[in-house]
Amino acid sequence: MSFSTALAHHFLPETILVLGVLALILIGAWRGTRAYGLVNELAAGLIGLAILALFFGQTSQASLFEGAFVDDAFARFMKVLTLIGSLVTILMSRDYLQRARLGNFEFPALVLLSTIGMLLLVSADNLIALYLGLELMSLALYVAAAFDRDDARASEAGLKYFVLGALSSGMLLYGASLLYGFAGTISFDGVAKSITGAPPLGVIFGLVFVLAGLAFKMSAAPFHMWTPDVYEGAPTPVTAFFASAPKMAAVAITARIVVTAFPGIVAQWQQIVIFIAVASMLLGAFAAIGQTNIKRLMAYSSIGHMGFALVGLAAGNEAGVRGVAIYLAIYLVMTLGAFAAILQMRVEGRPVEKIADLSGLSRNNGTAAFFLAMLMFSLAGVPPLAGFFAKYYVFLAAVDAGLYALAILGVLASAISAFYYLRVVKVIYFDDPAPAFDHSPLSLRAVLAASTLFLLGFWLYPAPVVEAATAAAKSLF
Amino acid sequence: MVVGLTHYLVVAAILFTLGVAGIILNRKNIIIILMSVELILLSVNINLVAFSASLGDLTGQVFALFILTVAAAEAAIGLAILVTYFRNRGTIAVEDINSLKG
Repeated sequence: MSFSTALAHHFLPETILVLGVLALILIGAWRGTRAYGLVNELAAGLIGLAILALFFGQTSQASLFEGAFVDDAFARFMKVLTLIGSLVTILMSRDYLQRARLGNFEFPALVLLSTIGMLLLVSADNLIALYLGLELMSLALYVAAAFDRDDARASEAGLKYFVLGALSSGMLLYGASLLYGFAGTISFDGVAKSITGAPPLGVIFGLVFVLAGLAFKMSAAPFHMWTPDVYEGAPTPVTAFFASAPKMAAVAITARIVVTAFPGIVAQWQQIVIFIAVASMLLGAFAAIGQTNIKRLMAYSSIGHMGFALVGLAAGNEAGVRGVAIYLAIYLVMTLGAFAAILQMRVEGRPVEKIADLSGLSRNNGTAAFFLAMLMFSLAGVPPLAGFFAKYYVFLAAVDAGLYALAILGVLASAISAFYYLRVVKVIYFDDPAPAFDHSPLSLRAVLAASTLFLLGFWLYPAPVVEAATAAAKSLF
Repeated sequence: MVVGLTHYLVVAAILFTLGVAGIILNRKNIIIILMSVELILLSVNINLVAFSASLGDLTGQVFALFILTVAAAEAAIGLAILVTYFRNRGTIAVEDINSLKG
């Protein structure tokens, strides 16, 4: 396949975004501080175009650029999720950033650059492509975390994220260098072919380091320590972005690398994934209980949810990866909806972020209270909301693979974490009203309503998501 | 004594450990953390180049060049964030980075 065919057919979303972001930076430099609104809308339009390109583009599987990248159904599914996360973040961020006097065109440009990194990461098929995608994603995210540069908390969040992120990239690279040395190749397929019989110790070490580096990026325990601080310190739209798109990409590449590069040593990576999953689920369940800040609560909640998603991966088969894909899709909708609600928390023009500020929301704003309560029920996994089905598919895969202890621990962690989600519902409905929130912009109300309706209606018509996830999982094996 | 692949790998492993220890143990200054990150990346480069020579395969050296480039970008972003942090807080001591916790 020639270079231009590959670009035009299998790499169309990336091509659109790369050319688009360069043009946007030029527009921003040309128009200066007035450029934000225009650049923001154009960025949303570009991501929309990229999603359309994925929906109506190629449906075949192809290896691109000398095997550096692969375009398959799994990559396309995860790319759509990533792009939806970025698109909704850009739409939700405008009002907050303009009120905080952060309406600079650099923000949509950073989101786009980071999104390009995620797309490359999702379809990476060798170690260099993996590293470059990961760094493009992370470098833009470090800057986004410290975007509010006059705020001490935001720059502290950026600094913490940078230091720990750089450490995790270093660990991932050390693992990659060991894999290269002991397998003699950097392509995932080549690594898989080189492992016959008992794997050399170097490969095992490489696997452990690579998984540790990736666990950092998806904020799974025991590499989660940056998450609560960064979620709390970063501006809320940036937090919404952190909680959605990068997690999709990080889990996707983790699934791809363990499935395509290490099919010969399932028993070895299964242990690691099980450990990470159990640690994340338990930490997410227990550490969130004492939180009073809703952004910190969402941080621990996201750690727990990454644990649940990894339960599916621990099964190590097609059903498990299908569970992971469905889980991520539903988690994406839940987290975007929750952050749409958090962004609406604003009293007399100032953003508030304590759980107590939600007190008596049902009497001030019944619709928003109902939507937020449904989101919390869904995050807790109460049937028949979508969050229940997300957990159902991953636990089913774990039980079918014989991982009974893991499934039982998962259900227990889910029951414990229901406590703090239900406490939010209790605060909303039964506590004395706090000062009412300001009238919020249409974009936030629309995202909140749309995500809640998706979660409420998922059980009526789950086929599109489930079928796409099934096809995605099939393409990986 | 012939210097073989193992010697290079041991040097790289020691440098990597020093880098990680520097990040975790250091309580004084964030600049030292940035230096430790560079140390980790350079240990990876030693690994890659040693493997590349021993395998007779150029890929490792190409990988090392990519790492050098990205490490430069990473250091630039790290220093930029450090400058904004210093302007807000007036200190870059590691033990003072504690306004976010819980």
